[in-house]
Amino acid sequence: MGGALSHDADVMEVTAEAKRIMVVALGKLYSSRTQRGGLRLHRSLLLTMVMKSARDMYHAAQETEWAAAEEQQPPTEEPTGAQIELQEGKPLTSPGNEVENSPTMLRRDADNKENMSPPRPTQHSRKRRGKAAVEPDFLPCKKAKLEQKNVPQQLILSTVLLCEYMNCSSEVGAPPAPMPVQRAIAAC
Amino acid sequence: MGEDAESPKINHTFLRDYVTEADVISTVEFNQTGDLLATGDKGGRVVIFQRETESKGESEEVGETGDSGEYNVYSTFQSHEPDFDYLKSLEIEEKINKIRWLPQQNAAHFLLSTNDKTIKLWKVSERDKRPEGYNLKDEEGRLKDISTITSLQVPVLKPTDLMVEVRPRRVFSNGHTYHVNSISVNSDGETYLSADDLRINMWHLGITDRSFNIVDIKPANMEDLTEVITAAEFHPHHCHLFVYSSSKGTLRLCDMRSSALCDRHTKLFEEPEDPGSRSFFSEIISSVSDVKFSHSGRYLLTRDYLTAKVWDLNMDKGPVETYQVHEYLRSKLCSLYENDCIFDKFECVWNSSDSVIMTGAYNSFFRMFDRETGRGVTLEAWRESSKPRAVLRTRRVYSGGKRRRGDVGVDSLDFTKKILHMAWHPSENIIAIAATNNLYIFQDRVNPETQLQ
Repeated sequence: MGGALSHDADVMEVTAEAKRIMVVALGKLYSSRTQRGGLRLHRSLLLTMVMKSARDMYHAAQETEWAAAEEQQPPTEEPTGAQIELQEGKPLTSPGNEVENSPTMLRRDADNKENMSPPRPTQHSRKRRGKAAVEPDFLPCKKAKLEQKNVPQQLILSTVLLCEYMNCSSEVGAPPAPMPVQRAIAAC
Repeated sequence: MGEDAESPKINHTFLRDYVTEADVISTVEFNQTGDLLATGDKGGRVVIFQRETESKGESEEVGETGDSGEYNVYSTFQSHEPDFDYLKSLEIEEKINKIRWLPQQNAAHFLLSTNDKTIKLWKVSERDKRPEGYNLKDEEGRLKDISTITSLQVPVLKPTDLMVEVRPRRVFSNGHTYHVNSISVNSDGETYLSADDLRINMWHLGITDRSFNIVDIKPANMEDLTEVITAAEFHPHHCHLFVYSSSKGTLRLCDMRSSALCDRHTKLFEEPEDPGSRSFFSEIISSVSDVKFSHSGRYLLTRDYLTAKVWDLNMDKGPVETYQVHEYLRSKLCSLYENDCIFDKFECVWNSSDSVIMTGAYNSFFRMFDRETGRGVTLEAWRESSKPRAVLRTRRVYSGGKRRRGDVGVDSLDFTKKILHMAWHPSENIIAIAATNNLYIFQDRVNPETQLQ
């Protein structure tokens, strides 16, 4: 139980840091427009990359419950698929709060459907928080919708990132992950 | 001031607390003999220093060369002016990004200087004689009354005070859409390359209206952009080889004999990323800020935010040596990102024998690494501790363990005092360090030919 709480605190810290980094990156990108000498491509590229990795980390941290469950299982696609499936009709069984705060309960195999019900409240809350906390007011709201559409892809990738963040001995390294994400985001 | 050996060449106006932005030095470069040292600044000015030759009598000792003199100002000129791109409504900064000297072929000296868009070739020549005794003009140049001329004389050249003339000989413009970060003169003595974020062009020194594009990494869709070119250099001996570094930490060696467009590298130098050290800022700190061939042409020296690496041209799997410049900053990356320091581009240099490498850091510190022992030393470029003829003492940054007197804590480092630009004399142990608006020149007096330590 103690382990779960400290893990939760880590996640909160990562989320807060990722959010701060994103906001700072946006601020720097906007102010670089008025800089003398024109837009510096190298700097803008680095800022965009930082923003993307912070954004990935932020979303990944929000999927903590799922990642914790998947940590035990090598195939990451399967549970994700199961989660998507369950969005449709499963009622909210165990209270959402309890599930969010104690991920240890979720360390079960993908077949356990009770375990997988939280996606709905989590996803719902993620979408809400995404709009208010991550996206500043001036960004078009189509971005939030696009995130939702890309959920399957992002879930897979963010799980991978979180696994790596939590130092699992996963073979999946950092390099492959950012590429597809960038394409997804570039489409925004 | 020239006669007094003790008089400092560095600015001792302690009353001036602020730094004029235009005076910030942005590039430093020795010429091939080391007699001339050029600096460029943010205001578009170039200042050339010349080494004074001491009288032979007093300095001819074993191991010491004839001229171990000080560097004095030789010439100053305005290289670039602020410009405006009307099509894009963008200001073009006059800051001199790089200066490169051409090998000397006659009495005059030539150098290339570049800002973000335009490269210029300058001719630096001396005039120490002038003709006197004209028939039709008097000493002030006024026309004489012809009726007063009774005899003819032949004008003779008389010595005058030394005058250094600097004239622009070529202007290489409209070659770059993006910001020029490097120029490099080819060993063939006829061509040079210029690199911006996405393209590298090759120019002939005599032709200004045309250049060859030899590298183009611009993607068809700019949204697919993942890396930019950060630095480029020709091989010191092989005129067909050049290297360029990227923001992803890779180096590409290209052979111009293989094809006209060198988009496909001959060799790719890349170090696999350590997954354990991954952070939000991994991409930023792996971006290579400078790349330099060794004098031998066998090795490459690169600098990224926290390390300096030596690569063997024969091995592309990874660097052969890695030196930690300021590893204590790894835990501070977030604040360095917020105050923009993480984007600082440090240069790196080799010594004449390729046995020592040097690079800059913060707090007016710079680091030297002895390649044979692998040991590094931290030195400081600060006027308070650098009286003329004083021995540079080594500094230490305290980041845990036993604290010694004189150690500086990581949190008391001054990040506004950054040593980004530096140069090492081509054959002697003389280094030029640019610290904001000041230029420090350090010489190894005891053993000018041997290693500085």
